[in-house]
Amino acid sequence: MPAAAAPAASELSRARQALDQWVRELMQWHFNPETGCPFWLDWAARAGWDPRRDVQAYDDLDRFGAFQDEWLRGGDARRWVPKGYAGRPVYVFETGGSTGVPKSRINIDDFRIDYSTFSDTLPDAHFPKGADWLEIGPSGPRRLRLAIEHLAQHRGGICYMVDLDPRWVIKLIKMGDLEMVELYKRHVIDQALTLLKAHDTIKCLFTTPKLLEALCERISLKKAGITGVFCGGTEMTPQFHRFAVEELMEGAYFAPTYGNTLMGLAGHKPPETEDDWAIIYYPPAPRAMIEVVDPDDHTRIVEYGATGRVRLTTLTKEFFMPRFLERDECERERPCAKYPWDGVRNVRPFSRFQKAVVEGVY
Amino acid sequence: MIELPILRWGRPYQSVDRVVVPHFRTREPFVAMSLANVGLIRRDLLRQGEQRARLEAIPVADLVAAAHRAAESFLHDTLPLGESSGQTPQDYVEQVSATTGMPWASVRRNMAKVHGVLSRVEEVLAGLTRGLDLSLLDSGVGVTGGHMLSFFARADALGVVLPSNSPGVHSLWAPATVLKMPLVLKPGSAEPWTPFRIIQAYVKAGVPAEVFGYYPADHAGGNEILRSCGRGMVFGDVASTKRWKADPRVEVHGPGYSKIVIGPDAADDWERHIEMMAESIANNGGRSCVNASGVWVTKHADRIAEALAARLARVTPRAADDPEAVLAPFADPATAHRISATIDQDLEPAEGGGLGAARDVSAAVRGGERVASAHGGTYLLPTVVRCDADHPLANREFLFPYASVVEVPADRLPDCLGPSLVVTCVSEDPRFRARFVASPLVDRLNFGAIATTQIGWDQPHEGNLFEHLYARRAIQRHA
Repeated sequence: MPAAAAPAASELSRARQALDQWVRELMQWHFNPETGCPFWLDWAARAGWDPRRDVQAYDDLDRFGAFQDEWLRGGDARRWVPKGYAGRPVYVFETGGSTGVPKSRINIDDFRIDYSTFSDTLPDAHFPKGADWLEIGPSGPRRLRLAIEHLAQHRGGICYMVDLDPRWVIKLIKMGDLEMVELYKRHVIDQALTLLKAHDTIKCLFTTPKLLEALCERISLKKAGITGVFCGGTEMTPQFHRFAVEELMEGAYFAPTYGNTLMGLAGHKPPETEDDWAIIYYPPAPRAMIEVVDPDDHTRIVEYGATGRVRLTTLTKEFFMPRFLERDECERERPCAKYPWDGVRNVRPFSRFQKAVVEGVY
Repeated sequence: MIELPILRWGRPYQSVDRVVVPHFRTREPFVAMSLANVGLIRRDLLRQGEQRARLEAIPVADLVAAAHRAAESFLHDTLPLGESSGQTPQDYVEQVSATTGMPWASVRRNMAKVHGVLSRVEEVLAGLTRGLDLSLLDSGVGVTGGHMLSFFARADALGVVLPSNSPGVHSLWAPATVLKMPLVLKPGSAEPWTPFRIIQAYVKAGVPAEVFGYYPADHAGGNEILRSCGRGMVFGDVASTKRWKADPRVEVHGPGYSKIVIGPDAADDWERHIEMMAESIANNGGRSCVNASGVWVTKHADRIAEALAARLARVTPRAADDPEAVLAPFADPATAHRISATIDQDLEPAEGGGLGAARDVSAAVRGGERVASAHGGTYLLPTVVRCDADHPLANREFLFPYASVVEVPADRLPDCLGPSLVVTCVSEDPRFRARFVASPLVDRLNFGAIATTQIGWDQPHEGNLFEHLYARRAIQRHA
């Protein structure tokens, strides 16, 4: 059955039941004094209702209201570590740190689970098992570096790295120093070219849209032996999608992604003619759900095809984040056979914030 | 709806991303422009050198002849326009009017301006090069007046970020093709028509399509064009062009702040010049940087302001196809209201009264609001403000017939004018004139009652295209 075909009603129902079941399990985990994290246990003590009793389905999560962005900024990150994971090594990954205090999310195994799951969506013919990877993108406090490395290792390869500091790029853009942005980009690509020339075992690439363009201005992916490109990190327009496939890939597979530290990684629907190069993603249910809501009423999900703001719910045993409003907008996409739950189309910066958001080269 | 493609070195390309521009009156979708992503522009601009080589191989004389043919095609022929059956001259006039609001008569006058620069391109270039034999560009080396000369191109392409205010500005870059310089154009969001038609006219005249890039894009795309091309031009307001002010590769065309000055010796003759003043202020609907936005005098300011307001009050909204139409409605009515509110705000006395008084002299003459609705459009009616030299409205420029009338002592002129693209100086006093000749604040200078909007084809206008694109090198040859 093609990915785009509509799923049977029974498939939709089964997916929903699995989601509801997973939500019930998570409520028992996160709000059990033996296993939950201090933040949510404190929250529940003041809430006046018991999520373990009162949340029986995904829709019941509405009772939590909107998750506040500020809750993740600053303070002791240990308040987010579930007691059930006491003693385990904890990573902390950051997002949104261009100005001010970044949001922090704790991780134990989630990034490995997310990327192992995502690995199953990559075609082996283009991302060969055992092939090596090159990641050109942000490392530092972001989970991307470890996540891509895990993806490569999970598939039997080694990951070579070139770092990029997106916060510096955003600062340069805000200063209007476009020449310095170019120099920095060139510095990054120079390093990538050195690695590609030195290691002919590299067949797979992860990078951001702008760095992919910059790389392809300097080298033919085909001549460099690249057969698969996994691309993400910033907004991708349908036109970029088309441009990348038609003019940059030279036969390599292009896998656009939507992911972030708070959600994990969404799977993409392979492009079909009727999509007109729209980029369509599906969240990694039941570990995360994305909904498209009315910008003026965050509790109302818009109709299929309508535009709205992205609302994220993260549902893992390490991290529970209900009804978080992202700084993105998109169109709501119908479920498909491969992903029998709602997806999103053409995610882009939320237009009401557009003046405040600076997208960099990363 | 008309679909306008990107031209990737002459090759039409339909983008997935499009911007739809409505008809100013009906608000119905009128034209969809394909938008180029930045990566696509960057990738194409890697091939500038290849395209310049095509033009270098064509003798200048052939390019001059092609410009002459292009001039006639631009004015008279049906030319390609996207997927449509073609664009007749009348289609062009109506399309420009539909997205900018300009009356047909104004569009036709601008057509004539573009035609003029192409049909008299050798005269224009003679003015820019001080009479250089252009065939020197074929070999790069030659002898003129017994001296060896050599010029080299500073770039492989000229990138131009264009405005939407008036098609006449396109006459500034149009000669670049004759100077063997490929063009990379980002059209204004409301006026994609003229650059596209000029390109098509050149191509019909035999110039290779591959030497033209046409990239409707967002601001990032425009910045990329200016960054990637060896030479650039940008048109826009102070804020949007600020970034490029310090970049010698880019010629910035911002507001003109053009002015008329009546010298002390001509002060009592002011009535003779009212028509010239009105023409300078209202020609082309007041939408050009060469339109006067100030009349600076040493005497009779109140009477001049009243006479000018009365004369300009005769300029009223007319239908787009009325041959007498001068005023252009605003494609976005909110813009008209915003401009009017800005003027009203500045007319209010400042706290403490430190900035002097200002009076909308036109208000009493027109007897109504400055913003007017007529013929399905929203207009700003001509406005004359009488104010002091230090008032915020003394040196302002708006996208409609607006002028301040300012009285200053003669010894403050021209320093008090500030930077001015065009100054018409009405005076026969040699010493008064000499101060204007010496002033670095005056870009283009008219002596006598010449409207600021009147163009001399043999004179450079706002920068010198030849000097922007070419540099002279020292050269010696062993005898």
